[in-house]
Amino acid sequence: MSPLATALFGLAVLAGAVGLAAILTWFERRLLGVWQDRYGPNRLGPLGILQVVADMLKLLTKHDWVPPFADRVVFVFAPTAIVVAMLLGFAVVPFGEHLYLLDLNIGLLFFLGMTSLAVYSVLLGGLASNNKYALLGGLRSAAQMVSYEVFMGLSLMGVVMLTGSFSLRDIVLAQQDLWFCIPQVLGLYVFLVAGIAESHRLPFDLPEAEHELTAGFHTEYGGMKFAMFMLGEYLGLILICCMITTVFFGGWLGPWLPGPVWFALKTSLLICFFVLLRAAIPRPRYDQLMSLGWKYMLPLSLFNLVLTGAIALWLRGA
Amino acid sequence: METIASPPPGVTRAPPAAEDLIDRFGADTVQTQHCADGVPTCWVVPERLLAALAYLKPRYPMLLDLFGVDERLREHTPEPASDFSVVYHLVNLKPWREFRLKATTSAASAGLPSATALWPNANWYEREVWDMFGLRFTGHPNLRRILLPPTWQGHALRKEHPARATEMEPFSLDEERQREEQEALLFRPEEWGMDRASADTEFMFLNLGPNHPSVHGVFRIALQLDGEVVIDAVPDIGYHHRGAEKMGERQTWHSYIPYTDRVDYLGGVMNNLAYLMALETLAGVEVPPRAKVIRIMMAELFRISSHLVFYGTFAQDVGQMSPVFYMFADRERLFGIVEAITGGRMHPAWFRLGGVAQDLPEGWQRLVLDFIDSMPERLDHYQKMAMDNSILQQRTRGIGVYSQQEAIDWGITGPSLRATGVDFDLRRDRPYGGYDQFDFNIPIATGGDCYDRAAVRIEEIRESLKIIRQCVDNMPAGPFKSEHRLTTPPPRERMLEDIETLITHFLSVSWGPVVPAGEASFPIEATKGINNYHLISDGGTTSYRTRIRTPSFPALQQIPLISRGLMIPDLIAIIASIDFVMADVDR
Repeated sequence: MSPLATALFGLAVLAGAVGLAAILTWFERRLLGVWQDRYGPNRLGPLGILQVVADMLKLLTKHDWVPPFADRVVFVFAPTAIVVAMLLGFAVVPFGEHLYLLDLNIGLLFFLGMTSLAVYSVLLGGLASNNKYALLGGLRSAAQMVSYEVFMGLSLMGVVMLTGSFSLRDIVLAQQDLWFCIPQVLGLYVFLVAGIAESHRLPFDLPEAEHELTAGFHTEYGGMKFAMFMLGEYLGLILICCMITTVFFGGWLGPWLPGPVWFALKTSLLICFFVLLRAAIPRPRYDQLMSLGWKYMLPLSLFNLVLTGAIALWLRGA
Repeated sequence: METIASPPPGVTRAPPAAEDLIDRFGADTVQTQHCADGVPTCWVVPERLLAALAYLKPRYPMLLDLFGVDERLREHTPEPASDFSVVYHLVNLKPWREFRLKATTSAASAGLPSATALWPNANWYEREVWDMFGLRFTGHPNLRRILLPPTWQGHALRKEHPARATEMEPFSLDEERQREEQEALLFRPEEWGMDRASADTEFMFLNLGPNHPSVHGVFRIALQLDGEVVIDAVPDIGYHHRGAEKMGERQTWHSYIPYTDRVDYLGGVMNNLAYLMALETLAGVEVPPRAKVIRIMMAELFRISSHLVFYGTFAQDVGQMSPVFYMFADRERLFGIVEAITGGRMHPAWFRLGGVAQDLPEGWQRLVLDFIDSMPERLDHYQKMAMDNSILQQRTRGIGVYSQQEAIDWGITGPSLRATGVDFDLRRDRPYGGYDQFDFNIPIATGGDCYDRAAVRIEEIRESLKIIRQCVDNMPAGPFKSEHRLTTPPPRERMLEDIETLITHFLSVSWGPVVPAGEASFPIEATKGINNYHLISDGGTTSYRTRIRTPSFPALQQIPLISRGLMIPDLIAIIASIDFVMADVDR
């Protein structure tokens, strides 16, 4: 692609991701409504989709308030970090065979790095608020992210072994015959759990945990700064779903339809799955989440790694 | 019916328990009083109060209620009364036995000895007496105001304290005063004997509430935290206090009914029932069979409604998002039935002295049957969705456990008591209002933890459905209110016979019924436990003293005991499993 086309495509990805995240706020509420025997927002525009616009207007016109007891600079900076990190993550996603921004030879690591950066946003937001609920939320978030980060990376290594590359494009191309969701089913399971934890959604929304910590790390946030956090979270959700599609479900691969359509379809189904999880599952306790991580998820991902390595060696030897 | 110190005609000797007490402490120390409800009632001199309570405790292990009475304006005074009296209502669960011990005191005196050493739940009750009457208790660990703000002037249930806003200066809150009020609400750990730091850590003090998504209203708990571990907790109540007992002293017997609806606002007419059972005992009114069955049916509908709210919010508080919507949809259908029958929804105020307000509307059977036919299947669905979920079980099993003994010591009643394995339900063990005619089971559990408290309530929904079906199948014919002269409003057919009947009707409607002087209380099995109204009539159109004993009040007092050493999410699960509403606590 020419530099101009790349720049335009980059802008399109930015706008697309942000727009999709905004629409997702409406879509999620409608979908939850379906599962919970109620309507959800259905008044504004066709199917209520203009609710997104109304919400945006509301958030934009809210008083932009920084609590006097907060650390002003960090307080303002924190919500932007998550949005920036998540948007950067989209740079390496291959939407189609020739439809991508960057084909980094360390694409997978870049994605992991960007999602890890997002934790700073939550942590700093929690600390800068100078509020006890926010502090507890920030603490939980730090612990949760650090532990889930470990095996999130490990769960992907099986795929890397099979492909022999960190490039996301190569990973998709390696799935021509068989999607990695079959040979790497353990890896998929661990990555899915870690992904939910990473995007801190129910059941792993412990940093927010409305019923315990009122709103956790963003208790003191309002208006656009709050909207940035929400935007970041929805971007994170989309990004995780894009990644699962790419790494485990063959990315753009599929018969009849053009590649990007397959990609979009798979990703949307995964998003619906994440919303269903939110509707169905209660929240474990903080220490239960930790023990799940260290006692089950970590050994499981290590086992997967060893098993994959052994089989790969055996195949090569044979 | 006169309130007299000597046994009333027809009763030749004092009730056995009272006689025992007299034998042991002497007739100059203990005097008996007759009450309309037949509960043995004795007065004891303040010096021997603690000894008498200690003597009674093995026979009546639960302190059901403790409250004060301002006796100064009472005309039909029982003999030993002085300025104030304090009433200790003791019960034994199985078999059901009640006993009332009263002690005289005055505002100027050093006070009565505190009963906290005998019953831990006396703590809050004594604080309430201090708050409302300014009576002291010697030996109380922390006698401070509980329902009214610490800055309040005067003691609200004293007769000289104004009952209407118009009797006081208009309220205003300038900046200076606002600052003072806020300062007064600041939590000071030292006042509760807490350390700010231990040898190796500094504690964090967290105000959970009064506005917090999981405290079900306005309830504040000050937490002493080490990380997320709760070291100690101090519940702070009173933010929902509306002076329901004080209002009882200025509303007529009849016009007080709507106030009762709002005490346990999820219980609807169940509150009417508790109040009217006591009032009818006092007035000697017998309710006709049809009214009894209608009352039971409505009360059980509201039990289901209350338990559905509990079920939904319980799942929500452990982080499950969806169930509450299903339960509220069911509750909405239930309110449709309540609306068709009573015209009201949450607060129908529909029971009347001597019966109910109207007869059942045409076609009510179909409405009720549709609902109870659909419920069992839906409950099975909810069981799978919520109670069988392994994360929910991990969050609630073994959390917030208390034993049978602890439950009785702390005055815990209702489903929360049955969850510890105590097989006791007033509807079966002391049937009232016609419950003895029904066939139903009492669900119990043995673990005494959060999960069991929820499981018992859910089973109760099924039992209530059974009772309602029996009501539909066997609804008796006949009048829906009593022929008694105190029935309010009186039957209209007899109004226009002659001038006498017209005047009687007019007075009964405008002033309200005049209830004979006396005292009565009547505990019933309400949605959340034992609800007991103690009514004192001085022979007028209003109550002299209305005391409301609610099940939520002692349950909150017990929170610190069962939450120490657990984490914040466990505390939330405990709060969710208690099933309280703040109006029921603060009244």
